[in-house]
Amino acid sequence: MSAVLQNLIDQPYKHGFVTDIEADVVAKGLDESVIRLISHKKNEPDWLLEFRLAAYRHWLTMQEPTWPNVKYPAVDFQDISYYSAPKPKKKLASMDEVDPELLRTFEKLGVPMHEQAALAGVAVDVIFDSVSVATTYKKKLADVGVIFCSFSEAVHEHPELVRKYLGTVVPTSDNFYAALNSAVFTDGSFCFIPKGVKCPMELSTYFRINTQESGQFERTLIIAEEGASVSYLEGCTAPRFDTNQLHAAVVELVALDNASIKYSTVQNWYAGDENGVGGIYNFVTKRGLCKGVHSKISWTQVETGSAITWKYPSCVLLGDHSVGEFYSVALTNHMQQADTGTKMVHVGKNTRSTIISKGISAGRSNNSYRGLVKIGPKAEGARNFSQCDSMLIGETCGANTFPYIQVQNNTAKVEHEASTSKIGEDQLFYFASRGIDAEEAVSMIINGFVKDVFTQLPMEFAVEAGRLLGLKLEGSVG
Amino acid sequence: MSNGAGRILLDVRGLCASVAGVPILKGIDFTVRAGEVHAIMGPNGSGKSTFSKVLAGHPSYEVTGGSAVFDGVDLLALSAEERARSGFFLSFQYPVEVPGVANAQFLRLAYNTVLGGRGRDELDPLEFDDFVREKMKLLEMDPAFLDRSVNTGFSGGEKKRNEILQMALLEPKLAFLDETDSGLDIDALRIVAQGVNHLRSADNAVVLVTHYQRLLNYIVPDFVHVMDGGRLVKTGGRELALELEARGYDWIGKQAA
Repeated sequence: MSAVLQNLIDQPYKHGFVTDIEADVVAKGLDESVIRLISHKKNEPDWLLEFRLAAYRHWLTMQEPTWPNVKYPAVDFQDISYYSAPKPKKKLASMDEVDPELLRTFEKLGVPMHEQAALAGVAVDVIFDSVSVATTYKKKLADVGVIFCSFSEAVHEHPELVRKYLGTVVPTSDNFYAALNSAVFTDGSFCFIPKGVKCPMELSTYFRINTQESGQFERTLIIAEEGASVSYLEGCTAPRFDTNQLHAAVVELVALDNASIKYSTVQNWYAGDENGVGGIYNFVTKRGLCKGVHSKISWTQVETGSAITWKYPSCVLLGDHSVGEFYSVALTNHMQQADTGTKMVHVGKNTRSTIISKGISAGRSNNSYRGLVKIGPKAEGARNFSQCDSMLIGETCGANTFPYIQVQNNTAKVEHEASTSKIGEDQLFYFASRGIDAEEAVSMIINGFVKDVFTQLPMEFAVEAGRLLGLKLEGSVG
Repeated sequence: MSNGAGRILLDVRGLCASVAGVPILKGIDFTVRAGEVHAIMGPNGSGKSTFSKVLAGHPSYEVTGGSAVFDGVDLLALSAEERARSGFFLSFQYPVEVPGVANAQFLRLAYNTVLGGRGRDELDPLEFDDFVREKMKLLEMDPAFLDRSVNTGFSGGEKKRNEILQMALLEPKLAFLDETDSGLDIDALRIVAQGVNHLRSADNAVVLVTHYQRLLNYIVPDFVHVMDGGRLVKTGGRELALELEARGYDWIGKQAA
């Protein structure tokens, strides 16, 4: 590979700083007493402790999945601290009470808070290590009946809603990491949009892992009642450590009749250095249930970070005429590995799904798309369109596509398209011979490649995501 | 046309180049003055395309000897993009496809980079649209090409027109047209040739790299050179091309040996 191309993909990680805040960290290791301790620290009701313990007991019977196309040394689940909270931990009523050191951290990260939040019109819930630090705009949202708060708060303030929906989309026994999360999750975001309400602003959560040996196990639950709609944004970063950290989140979405949920993620966890030392293991279960008729769930993800990404935001299309969408850009560089994609499970009649996946591989990374389209026997008239494109930068990276299609109804229509392209010396020389340098050329080619996905992102997020791809590949993009 | 009085645009002396350690160019001397048209002909594998790519700065080729001065500047010391910005243009034999990047966007960036570097005002998308449509008329190109991805799914002839469109936009001092006639039907050949002729002036020069002489019926060269085995082995006027057409290349090889 040419030296120019090499330089372009060797840009350093910009969020690799550690914030020096005293944290309340539980000793490493996992057994029932740790789970009881977490539940106790969070002053949880008994039913939730039982939920955790049931999940833990099931987890003990499960095996870590080995089918993903990723390689890593076995994770020692006893060598992780399952709870870390910034100290002093008291109830925060407003942003002014937040530790200034923490605020500076978020400023460095470019999280919109304070006036920035007002200008951007974004309500932000911030998860720092395991605990939700502050939720802005709660009052304004409350006026229209929208509940947007930390998961812990929801457990206390709205236990009936949490209890009704928690684990209904991703059961505790769903998979190894979901079971682990269900046992030890410490916080996350909760969002409830009541019947007929269109959420007046974008809701946003920013996750950050700050402690060296903690795992982050957040839990997100979003419910849109009949006719409600919401757009939810999630961003992630982590400091640079040379040990690996585990991130095993569970996100559950429920859309009732005519409701729509749009969930957008820009994931920029620390990916390890160019030799693959350090970085986040991102093993996440995200699933949406289109429970009602004409409901719609749309996932958009821009995955640029993590040493390993294992993630399949999915839709279960239960309600007749419901719609599932998955738009994804996954970029891997250096030694990163990604095995990501989606599942579209068509159960109801005339359900529709769209999958647009764009994988970009550089360095010595390996990028796999894995997707399932399943048409159930009762899904009359179901339709799916899938498009999976891969782009290779240089000679030493890999891209794979693993599409699984299961059709049990012969009125269904399923389309799958795939392509692989490559940014090589000839393309860059063509640009150069028109006066355009390699940095601008790569930027233009990548932006063209991801266009179909980026147009799905909310405006401010699209800008941020474009900038992020730029940082990851080129240093600076105009 | 040429009276030998134009200023020297390109002066190549003893140029040697290799690819992956294999020598291809073995000592080329070549001079182009402003206002001139040169044709470089020769059999397949003689080094014609390599010569163009080496001058344009393709990274796969290593210059192992000699010099190339372009309008007073050491061409070989410049990066490929600097060569383009300083007025050197290569029309590709096989233009590269760039899926997902709109042609208009690519052309505008090239224009703003190259002409902006020469002090011309940069054009915004709307201004550029008006500007490029005028240029496209010259080549009888459908404006729909602006919205399509760069060269993606273009026919051979469409790609070549798109190359000449770039020449029209970038206003080079010296343009190397590498096998621009291949893949063109007779009507397209005429249109492309008219386009090139329209762009010629006393201040610039054109080098046609071609296998066949039919293009030279439309763009009449002042000099015809024959390349063989990585060297220019014969130079003549327009009539040399006709002789090559009639007799092939073999006799030159024998003569040179």
